[in-house]
Amino acid sequence: MSDAAVTSGRDLRDTALPDGELHARLSRTWGTGKGLIARLSTVDHKIIGRRYLITAFVFLLLGGALAAAMRIQLARPGNQVLGPDAYNQLFTMHGTTMMFLFAVPVMEAVGVYLVPLMVGTRNIAFPRLNAFSYWTYLFGGIFIWTAFALKVGPDVGWFAYVPLSGPQYGVGKRPDVWAQMITFTEVSALAVAVEIIVTTFKQRAPGMTLDRIPLFVWAMLVTSFAIVFSMPAIVIASTTLILDRLIGTHFYNAAEGGDSLLYQHLFWFFGHPEVYIIFLPATGMVSMIVATFARRPAFGYIPLVLSLIAIGFLSFGLWVHHMFATGLPQLGMSFFTANSMLIAIPNGVQIFCWIATLWGGRPVFRTPLLFVLGFFFIFVIGGLSGIMLASVPIDLQVHDTYFVVAHFHYVLIGGAVFPLLGAVYYWFPKLTGRMMSEAMGRWNFWLAFVGFNLAFFPMHILGLQGMPRRVYTYGPEMGWANLNLLATVGAVILALSFLLFVWNVFSSVRGGAIAGDNPWDAGTLEWATASPPPPQNFDRIPLVTSREPLWAERGAMPVVGGLTVDDRQVLVTTVTDARAELRESSPEPSIWPFLASVALTVLFVGSIFTPWAVVWGAVPVGVALLGWFWPKGDVEDEG
Amino acid sequence: MTGRPHARAALAVLAFAAILGGCQGWQSALDPQGPQARELAWLFWMFLAVLTAIFVAVMIALALALIPRGPPRDDPLAVDPRSERRKNFVVAGLAVATGVTVLVLTGFSYVSQRNLFRVEEEAVIVRVTGHQWWWEVRYEEPDASRTFTTANEIHVPVGKPVKVKLNSADVIHSFWLPNLMGKMDLIPGQENDIRFVAERPGLYRGQCAEFCGLQHARMGLLVVAEEEGAFNRWRDAQIAPAETPTEPERITGQQAFLSRPCVMCHTVRGTGAGGKVAPDLTHIGSRRHLAASTLPMSRGNLAAWIVDPHGIKPGVNMPTIKLDPDDINAIAAYLEGLK
Repeated sequence: MSDAAVTSGRDLRDTALPDGELHARLSRTWGTGKGLIARLSTVDHKIIGRRYLITAFVFLLLGGALAAAMRIQLARPGNQVLGPDAYNQLFTMHGTTMMFLFAVPVMEAVGVYLVPLMVGTRNIAFPRLNAFSYWTYLFGGIFIWTAFALKVGPDVGWFAYVPLSGPQYGVGKRPDVWAQMITFTEVSALAVAVEIIVTTFKQRAPGMTLDRIPLFVWAMLVTSFAIVFSMPAIVIASTTLILDRLIGTHFYNAAEGGDSLLYQHLFWFFGHPEVYIIFLPATGMVSMIVATFARRPAFGYIPLVLSLIAIGFLSFGLWVHHMFATGLPQLGMSFFTANSMLIAIPNGVQIFCWIATLWGGRPVFRTPLLFVLGFFFIFVIGGLSGIMLASVPIDLQVHDTYFVVAHFHYVLIGGAVFPLLGAVYYWFPKLTGRMMSEAMGRWNFWLAFVGFNLAFFPMHILGLQGMPRRVYTYGPEMGWANLNLLATVGAVILALSFLLFVWNVFSSVRGGAIAGDNPWDAGTLEWATASPPPPQNFDRIPLVTSREPLWAERGAMPVVGGLTVDDRQVLVTTVTDARAELRESSPEPSIWPFLASVALTVLFVGSIFTPWAVVWGAVPVGVALLGWFWPKGDVEDEG
Repeated sequence: MTGRPHARAALAVLAFAAILGGCQGWQSALDPQGPQARELAWLFWMFLAVLTAIFVAVMIALALALIPRGPPRDDPLAVDPRSERRKNFVVAGLAVATGVTVLVLTGFSYVSQRNLFRVEEEAVIVRVTGHQWWWEVRYEEPDASRTFTTANEIHVPVGKPVKVKLNSADVIHSFWLPNLMGKMDLIPGQENDIRFVAERPGLYRGQCAEFCGLQHARMGLLVVAEEEGAFNRWRDAQIAPAETPTEPERITGQQAFLSRPCVMCHTVRGTGAGGKVAPDLTHIGSRRHLAASTLPMSRGNLAAWIVDPHGIKPGVNMPTIKLDPDDINAIAAYLEGLK
């Protein structure tokens, strides 16, 4: 089919043009127009990635505000700031927002933005699906927060265990709102996972063999597979929950032969890989930042990649350690103890490799590296307390107490948010063309580090002193008051650090120092293009000769030519060796993904009021999909 | 710079004091009062020691790695192959060491688990049924006439193995007595059990550990461990039906109680009150707390609870019933006397 294209009149190739004209023409071909319709139709992974990022950070701030309110309520025993109804909605919304609307989407957002740049292609695979996934995520988030504002926010925990969330005990529409919001995020997460897998496998620049893929891209690849295999479990869990509630199936009704433990198995079969879906991209960020600021390639590329894959596999065999207190057979549970402990080995290998990367060099202490060092301190504590939780006997004491709250905030904030903040400082110049303030960055880091540890370390002790999770109040006779007050003070400091972060972002977007293409002198391809990158990412597709092409090719990067200039075209390469295979059209902007997402939102939201919404709601969804996939006479369509 | 060691020492003392603070308390996992809880505490401290040592070692390695060595790295790709090989060995060695450590810890955990769930002939069997938001407690005996029901307070003889059978009447709860044993869930349609021994007389508090709805925070539980003689006296008293009141106020109170909707939900054995959905009140006056450890037992608190249960424990299933003030006082007096 590519040969047929050669004869067409519009077949102007990049090899025929000088740099300046090529740049202008490609920018026109790949650019996003002005105006509302054009903005809603864009399929540029950078624009969509940026929207994803901003939306996810807005949800982070919203979720953080909920956390602050909870900390104020718990600061003193018998406090009356929040009643049980408000508190239960708050902690449910906090967990749900942080897990489903912040942590997973923000990692996908970074992947959507960076993976195509890092592998040297012009757009993500399935760019319209990418647009669709963003809108679906956005509408899901707006939906649940609107419900919360209308006082029908879910109040059954981010895990929504049955029977509490079932038809008999979950009052009104609250659990329905939760379950259907999960459906929105499932759809968008699966879409992004497929895009990243295909982009990584088929759109790498020629020469980027499997062992030259940047570690962040490897991390996103493993994460995406984890999403593909774990999300179906939560799809089943949330769908059967909705079915029990809406049309009276009895999946989880013990009185009718249903089983409430089945729900927990399904939820955690997704829920534990979920933790690694959040954490693995962060390890990818750490690998990139450590290499750049140690000014050398990451030590142990192969062990690091194998660790990522090993963690991806093992993460599917841990879920029962969330269920040690449910009365499962003892011997069976101890297998899960062993597996939960085993995952410490690949995690340990990663830590050792990063330390070995830093060892013996001259690390450059800029803000991104500071956040990574904070990550080491906090995440290692969280990982080690995780080893305690893997033990059935210890877990029987600390399960569902503040010890666990401390543990997973050490893992998730230390293991994912600290690297993420480091990543923002690191890639901000690429996104905006400007540097963030280093002075504010340092304050940001130290406030976050001190505030975090003050807020969460005392919770370990509180849990051992018998304080359960998810309690809206406690009596003065319990002896938990002082540590809770300390935790609240820490939370306030942590909140200040985020305000400073937001201020730094806003002031640097306008007034930051001009960054240039490669301000950190980093080695990977995203730094080979302008900051911010042009719509086509690269005027000429790079030819990759090394893991760190920018360090290996200090002069001009070798490039490949032959892509058309006036049509959107990407280069498809082979999976292992990344040999050029064929030229493939990349979809034009389209309003249909947006419309399809709106139609899907109507169906999902309608279905919590009447099952018939699934029937009549399917019509507009079908129309939108027809519009989306209508043949437009592309070369591939003809062939 | 001279101030820093002092600051560090002060911090260490503070941290240590904070940790020690966790050792005391009537609902603390680190203040074990029986063999099961001691096994758990021992395992916890052992893990903590090993893992703290690992943490310190990793942080020292990280700190050493950050010391600048050698000339500035102008060419990032210039890496000394000899030192890379050395690093290979070190990282591989550490990976093996990690594997050995977690295997050993897994072994310790498994042995501990077996000790914990070793089955001994139990002296007392208690069936605990979870309700939103209280605990139904039923002492089971082969002789059905010695079986009885109470709520929110479990008495056990010191030094005797106790078996607790657990299930739930509504949603999932979790039974947790940190000073005596770890937790176990109460799941509708499923029976779990847990065993413990209390070694010393005393009061041990427990609390629901699985989120169970609006008043999850106020679902407390009390274990009273007492010498065998005292326990047997308590049990005999609990088996007996409620005494008929003799004082005029309490007689009025009983009549008011029995003629109001109270009897739809509550049982007082020996009277016409036979409701099964709320706590058995036959000997409520002998219990130390009201409403699952929400209030200490007293006539005043009983009256306050009857007047406004939703003000005290918002969302509780007990309805607010309009009563004359005189009736309220009489009912409170009647209930307080049900020893």
